[in-house]
Amino acid sequence: MYDGGKVILGLVVFLVLLAAPIFYNLASGEAQHVPELEKAARGDQCVRDSTYMTGNHMDLLNEWRDQVVREGERFETGPDGATYERSLSNTCLSCHVNKAEFCDRCHDYLGVQPYCWDCHIVPEETQP
Amino acid sequence: MSMDRRKFMRVSGLAALGLAGGASRDLLAQETPPDTTRAPLTGSRWALVVDLRKCMAAGDCTDCSQACHRTHNVPEFDNPKDEIKWIWKESFEHVFEEQEHEFLEEALKHVKTPVLCNHCDNPPCVRVCPTQATWKREQDGIVMMDWHRCIGCRYCVLACPYGSRSFNWRDPRPFIKEIKPDFPTRSRGVVEKCTFCEERLARGLQPSCVEACKERALIFGDLEDPDSEVRRLLKERFTIRRKPGLGTQPEVYYMV
Repeated sequence: MYDGGKVILGLVVFLVLLAAPIFYNLASGEAQHVPELEKAARGDQCVRDSTYMTGNHMDLLNEWRDQVVREGERFETGPDGATYERSLSNTCLSCHVNKAEFCDRCHDYLGVQPYCWDCHIVPEETQP
Repeated sequence: MSMDRRKFMRVSGLAALGLAGGASRDLLAQETPPDTTRAPLTGSRWALVVDLRKCMAAGDCTDCSQACHRTHNVPEFDNPKDEIKWIWKESFEHVFEEQEHEFLEEALKHVKTPVLCNHCDNPPCVRVCPTQATWKREQDGIVMMDWHRCIGCRYCVLACPYGSRSFNWRDPRPFIKEIKPDFPTRSRGVVEKCTFCEERLARGLQPSCVEACKERALIFGDLEDPDSEVRRLLKERFTIRRKPGLGTQPEVYYMV
């Protein structure tokens, strides 16, 4: 290989530069841009704790979907002893009223496009 | 940072314990018996009796289908080929083609008969569904739909001998006059039909068509309950079902 040393050095520099943001975030211990999500408009307790919800709300929603549609079990008791309807539109969105600044902001950040909203209704959508 | 093997084992053991503890707490926090505001309507074999004479008296009334379609966010398309129907009215000779003859009673010739999913005891749509997106509920015989699972193959549309199933050829959202927030819409490529208002039964309410019928021409009830009104009507009056020869055992009965 002609100029092998220079080529390899160049490649290494290129890779280091490419991965620099990742190493920077790892070293500083926090992401440089984190979407800020709107706080729930009402209610001070979620149906699960918020760390679980941040990472696993999609699993919970899938679980709820199967329980409601397939088993017909529509209600559950939350951590505060209150009864919740297992419903995205009627329960989740009744506290997290602003879908754009709660759901969408994080979904956009992560580049995921859940299709919940193809069918389930965001309460504000009903008002023209 | 240096860490000998013993220290590493100790730390990782503690971490594993902590994780397990967290998981079991999550499990314990779940599921206590539900406490609903209104007791759900329960039955083991739901059925609908249609009193055609009463329906006839109301003429062109479409209260049942209007109420149903409003409740369930059913779209209204201009093109009849795109039509979505849960409950609607057909001429008697189309509904009961094997009963039709040249000298049929004049009143019956013109009667518009309400039709909907028959919630068959032996539903052919369920048999053909490749994803179990439609199934017969064990507990009450409702032929249910899971729109999450429907892949839009339309086998069920072909299998249903009553035309009770509609396919969403287009995105229904823009064609819903007034969206009701407590019930989802459907998306393009999904089949839909009447579910006997299982979401209303769960809230202790009668199906919306039954509730909307001013003539009380639609009577809903449990066939397994010998004291129910549907059982009384079936005992006292002559009733027919659609295409009984196919062996689907419809659960919608017509008093003629």
